[in-house]
Amino acid sequence: MTRKLNNKKERFTKTAIVLLILILVMFFISLNLGVIHISPLEVAKTLIGMGTSKDQLVLFDFRLPEIVLALLIGSGLAVSGAILQGMTGNELADPGILGINSGAGFAVVLFMFFFDKTMTSTNLLTIFTLPLFALFGALIAAFLIYVLAWKKGINPVRLILVGIGVNAGFGAGITIFQLKMAPEDFTKATVWLTGDIWANNWWYVLSLLPWIIILIPYVIYKSHSLNVLTLGDQLAVGLGTSVERERRILLILAVALAGFCVALGGGIAFLGLVTPHIARRLIGPKHELLVPISSLLGALLLLMADTIGQNILSPTEIPVGIVVSVLSVPYFIYLLMKID
Amino acid sequence: MIFKKNGIAAGSTLKNRNHPINGLVVIVLGLLALILAFGLSVAYGAADIHLRTVWQAIFSFNPSLSSHEVIRQIRIPRTLAAILVGAFLAVSGVIMQGLTQNPLSSPSLMGVTDGAAFAIVMILAFVNSPTQVTLSLFAFIGAAAGVALVFAIGTFSKSGLTPVKLTLAGVAVGTLLRSISSAIALQKQVAKSISFWYAGGLDGTTWANVYILFTAGIICTILVAFIAHSMTLLSLGDEVSTGLGQNNTYVKIIGAIVVLILTGSAVSVAGAVGFVGLVIPHIARILIGYDYRLLIPASAVLGGLLLVLSDLVARIVNSPYETPVGAVTAIIGIPFFLYLVMSGKRGL
Repeated sequence: MTRKLNNKKERFTKTAIVLLILILVMFFISLNLGVIHISPLEVAKTLIGMGTSKDQLVLFDFRLPEIVLALLIGSGLAVSGAILQGMTGNELADPGILGINSGAGFAVVLFMFFFDKTMTSTNLLTIFTLPLFALFGALIAAFLIYVLAWKKGINPVRLILVGIGVNAGFGAGITIFQLKMAPEDFTKATVWLTGDIWANNWWYVLSLLPWIIILIPYVIYKSHSLNVLTLGDQLAVGLGTSVERERRILLILAVALAGFCVALGGGIAFLGLVTPHIARRLIGPKHELLVPISSLLGALLLLMADTIGQNILSPTEIPVGIVVSVLSVPYFIYLLMKID
Repeated sequence: MIFKKNGIAAGSTLKNRNHPINGLVVIVLGLLALILAFGLSVAYGAADIHLRTVWQAIFSFNPSLSSHEVIRQIRIPRTLAAILVGAFLAVSGVIMQGLTQNPLSSPSLMGVTDGAAFAIVMILAFVNSPTQVTLSLFAFIGAAAGVALVFAIGTFSKSGLTPVKLTLAGVAVGTLLRSISSAIALQKQVAKSISFWYAGGLDGTTWANVYILFTAGIICTILVAFIAHSMTLLSLGDEVSTGLGQNNTYVKIIGAIVVLILTGSAVSVAGAVGFVGLVIPHIARILIGYDYRLLIPASAVLGGLLLVLSDLVARIVNSPYETPVGAVTAIIGIPFFLYLVMSGKRGL
């Protein structure tokens, strides 16, 4: 028994270290690439404070904040997906499919439409209120889905189908407001809705970082409840968990993470779906190990997708959300075909 | 399990689930309502036109009057297109639901619309000023590819074509196609015209569109006449209908061709209008039962009515701007979709 546990822990440590190394490698690749090419040596020089002022500007003011945001958003969405899959016992749950992203998206489009049409503003009030707006939209969507899917408890299949309906509803709302925008704003909104880390500025990093630092460890702390809920309601009740209360807390955590991430990264779909699956293959179903691995994996995948999107058709950028869907939908379809 | 194989309760017979009188009443009343809606839709617009003028423009046309010209060249083709598109989507929905015995199938959820949309985006992005016929043709091909993909995923998956599987496969394929479409649209800087198209709308409809729809409609009416009765038997389940000596493969192939022609042409004219094909068949089935010889024409009439009225709402609600008609049908359709899912009735 102890041996098995030790094995698990060893495996966890190894996986985590490998992921961290990969993130570091990706981090340097991403710093090197871009419209302005900076060689690895110059990157290293600049990082220790010996680079030219131009290199410093490009790296510290543009690339670095975007990279950090990609890491934060990726880990947030991945953990959100892991929670949703655990609490519904449905391996196909994801904030995008459930309509939480489009709820946040609707709120952000309203925000753009009424308050800040350009979204290029570096106004601090905008930077810190926008995530709250998105969070509010995500909460409304989650509340709607929860209430509509409730029928003497939550049935996972019904939850997903209701999610698809709510998603389509917010989608219609988004369309109505979006088509009223001026052409430039319209394009910006489209890019944002497909998923794009548009906010490369340290203030945005600062607006997201505290939430990620607080929420993800709290989810890890809650992993026991997730483990119990995964076993199914009857067993969970038998083990003395107040199922609905725990489920509500976890839902709020998942929604909060997705809401904040969507505010800064737009409607990135399928990342929250695919990442926990890969993590489960690497480390198994125990959430105290699964959640941290998911978070690292999500960070790695989103940074990779962002780097690909920025460079593959350079100088045109492809929104990161498109790269994520093109890479992960085939995997989703594969999962769909395999699962009973 | 909340999903039964289909909506037929054990012990009920085909006969007492049918209401042939209701069917005829629905069709006749529906047609009357359609004529009224036609008049309203032609009369309402940026320039308000009296119903009597509409009458005169149709039956005693005077080419020197601009109002007559507006009615003939803009309002009538638009209204006719709305009726036909609505009818086509509803009939596609009723046939898809019948063939798959899946109450959630509908063109917009099964990859048909997204496939057609994808093809149209390609054409808009890469071909200079494409003709309406080119657009329709590619919409068919795209629709066929989309639905084939979704069904292939469903068929090759472990537990077969369950309603949930098909819905999720539809969502996945739709997301993928939409992502690629928007990447191309952004790259080619046609994002806004494509979004207008995605949102669905009937403004700018011409007689050429109406002729394409008419042709498609006639072909499909003939094909549907061949399979309507067989579809009624199919609603008893695959085993029963095979036992009665019916070749279901043949019915399914013709049905699929009809769905592709109808959806492809509807989508190429009106864009991605969702939920008509989902909602109308359910309403029609509640009213009429399972006799597809009545169910299909009734769905056509009700679908036409729904889309004409939605188009009217889309023009009135925020006049002089047009609200996308796809948004209007979504707002009508989504509560119904949710009701279907929540109630767990009628096969869910």
